Amino acid sequence: MRKQFLGMAASILFAASPLIAAQNITVKGSDTMVILNQRWAEKYMGAHKDAVVQVTGGGSGTGISALLSGSTDICASSRPMSEKEKADLTAKGGTAIEIPVAKDGVAIYVNSKNSVKELTMAQIKDIYTGKITNWKDVGGADGRIILYSRENNSGTYVFFKEHMLNKQDFSPMAQSLPGTSAVVNAVSRDPKSIGYGGAAYAKGIKFVAVKADDQSPAFLPDENHILSGKYAASRNLFFYLRAPATGDLKKFIDWVLSPEGQGVVSSVGYFPLKKAAAKK
Amino acid sequence: MKARWSERLIEGAIRLSAGLAIVSLVLIFVFIGKEALPLFTSPEARAEAGMGRLFGTGSASTGDIATTYVWQPVSEEPKYSFWPLIAGTLKATAVALLFALPLALGAALFTSEFAPPALREVVKPVIELLAGIPSVVLGFFALIVMATFFQNVFGLDYRLNTWNAGFALGLAVIPIVYTVAEDALSAVPQSFRSGSIALGATPWQTARRVVLPAAFPGLFAASVLGFGRAIGETMIVLMASGNAAILSWNPGLPFRSLSATVAAELGEVVHGSPHYHVLFFIGVLLFVFTFLINLAGQVWVNRLQKRLVGK
Repeated sequence: MRKQFLGMAASILFAASPLIAAQNITVKGSDTMVILNQRWAEKYMGAHKDAVVQVTGGGSGTGISALLSGSTDICASSRPMSEKEKADLTAKGGTAIEIPVAKDGVAIYVNSKNSVKELTMAQIKDIYTGKITNWKDVGGADGRIILYSRENNSGTYVFFKEHMLNKQDFSPMAQSLPGTSAVVNAVSRDPKSIGYGGAAYAKGIKFVAVKADDQSPAFLPDENHILSGKYAASRNLFFYLRAPATGDLKKFIDWVLSPEGQGVVSSVGYFPLKKAAAKK
Repeated sequence: MKARWSERLIEGAIRLSAGLAIVSLVLIFVFIGKEALPLFTSPEARAEAGMGRLFGTGSASTGDIATTYVWQPVSEEPKYSFWPLIAGTLKATAVALLFALPLALGAALFTSEFAPPALREVVKPVIELLAGIPSVVLGFFALIVMATFFQNVFGLDYRLNTWNAGFALGLAVIPIVYTVAEDALSAVPQSFRSGSIALGATPWQTARRVVLPAAFPGLFAASVLGFGRAIGETMIVLMASGNAAILSWNPGLPFRSLSATVAAELGEVVHGSPHYHVLFFIGVLLFVFTFLINLAGQVWVNRLQKRLVGK
């Protein structure tokens, strides 16, 4: 709720300022995206003095209900809306407009001495929930799998739990470390370990190619595969609207998708939608 | 007249500062306790993390220890069993004390009884310097250097384990125990030693039969202080323990301590949620724990002292 509180504080501050003009855009939803939304709001308001963008969190589900009830202009969601939710919106006279605004993803790494090159999503899930505990079960050498994870306050932890583990609990044997660099460091020193985190390169580790299922090809977490959606351990982050954007709302969304807006994405640690934007 | 007035002022100031120390201690306890209180009063918090959930089996009882006592506060169904954390904390403290107490007490005995004065002047400040090393540095050392060393020497599966964190904790405990123990040994009157030697005892007999018993209350107090430091130390365990909440006494496995849990999770926890109150309750537990240990230690020391003085 702290992030939400910050958002509210910021919005109260701006709402109370004499700059109050016609423009007032509310963004509600995903806790994963709160910081990203906040940065967008700050930058946008910095550049457009008459604009007011209010950001609150609460979770993707909360955001979608707010969109249904009409209490928010933009719903930020880290998952696609379900068919049922879209139908609910249609029943209320709206049309769900889906706008991918950024990409989120994790790299899976193992020690460079490890012979395992690729894992399926199901295998990663079984490894991290504690069903698979030996490397030989996934095509490696005999030996206990040492799990490295992140602290439960990190967004990466939440992404991993939601997207990779299907919301199941991590195995209690998973050791939590503070930050991607700590995980990379631990994996580089531990021949039997596995870790996840941002696509940070380091000596002594290698990325595991991820397969969506047994039949599909494996992809490494490089920018092309994440942007094209081929890399399975990644997801889109969305804005949802009730109707096609017009006026001030359209101006804000266009800005979010512009190179400037997408530059914010990489500064917060997510992947921008297009390669060109990342370089700006 | 003027002198008396200023004296009174100074006396008052000293009294005030002594009082402030006690008041702030009480206030700290009150405020931490206040944040933990909803676990007893709020129905919502009690349903998710009541005492039955924290200390009992809750609803998740499956007959298997590993799946009944689970710390998974961020989950579809949050699980807040304290047992893995308590076991981890005690396990690491035990390793730390097993390693640190013999070394620190032995070193104290050596410097006060056997070391030539010149050597003593070197050893004492060097060990006490160890107390000045920030715990984050010790933690980093354990994480990078000691962990690899232990893994290679003992062939352990887990790099970060209880041995590793326990030894690092021991390094933090040694100077505290050493300093207090050395002072206690030095405080034994020289006449005791002279008398013993005059009766024909060797220096070792003197140390063992005369000095050690006389200094015992002080040595005990030193050990209790060491225990308090080990149980509350946060940074070292946060970095070197692996932070996996496993309910097991095996020191070859990683563990998650009470203090490190608060440090790791309080930063981003949802304010006012049951999880938030649980973290403050851990703070209360740690506070009460160290308070009781110190109190018990103090009471026992007083008793011993009376017996030794022979009243």
